[in-house]
Amino acid sequence: MLHLVNKSPHDGCNLDTATSIMKDGDSLLLIEDGVYGAIKAGKAASLLEGRSVSVLGPDLAARGISEDKLVDGITIVDYAGFVDMVTASDNVQSWL
Amino acid sequence: MPETKKLMYINRKAPYGTIYAWESLEVVLIGAAFEQDVSVAFMDDGVYQLTKGQDTTGIGMKNFSPTYSALGDYEVNKIYVDKESLEERGLTLDDLQHLVWEDEDEDYAEKDSIRLVSRAELSEVLADQDVLFNF
Repeated sequence: MLHLVNKSPHDGCNLDTATSIMKDGDSLLLIEDGVYGAIKAGKAASLLEGRSVSVLGPDLAARGISEDKLVDGITIVDYAGFVDMVTASDNVQSWL
Repeated sequence: MPETKKLMYINRKAPYGTIYAWESLEVVLIGAAFEQDVSVAFMDDGVYQLTKGQDTTGIGMKNFSPTYSALGDYEVNKIYVDKESLEERGLTLDDLQHLVWEDEDEDYAEKDSIRLVSRAELSEVLADQDVLFNF
């Protein structure tokens, strides 16, 4: 299963819920304001520990977040990569 | 001459996920044209509005972040950034744009517009305002 989070980790509890419900083998893709959750020094970074996490590159660039600020081991994907992740998953859960 | 009021615009939302940030910036610039005593505060996710190096070409939205550097020209030079909000988000002052204004009383010396403040300091500034606008 692919989990999508598009809200800031400080705006509601979407990232908390998504990361706590994820199973082994599930993936998490952070998009739009969700990409703020990938900042290493941020309070929300610990939620991503042990998870398979990707982040949408164009949304990072728009928000001025450089790659060196991200949690270690995170994958940056473009829109084509986003589509690949969706088609590779049997289901997609959007935590709107 | 109408009375000058102390207006403060409080920004608490990230820049591109909603329209609040851009709308606020437009209202701040309009308000500044009426020669009021304007302050702007950035707290919670609002601190993300000021990050430097924003490049929106990949998401098809207008990058309005360069406009913040025009605030000084409109004599909007009291820009308060909440320190706790920055720290919680893993950011420092170095991650933000360097916003300045020119002080015409001191031979147009360039001065910093951003004031990094604690919650307690921000609380004092808030209490001193006549009108608060929230975005």
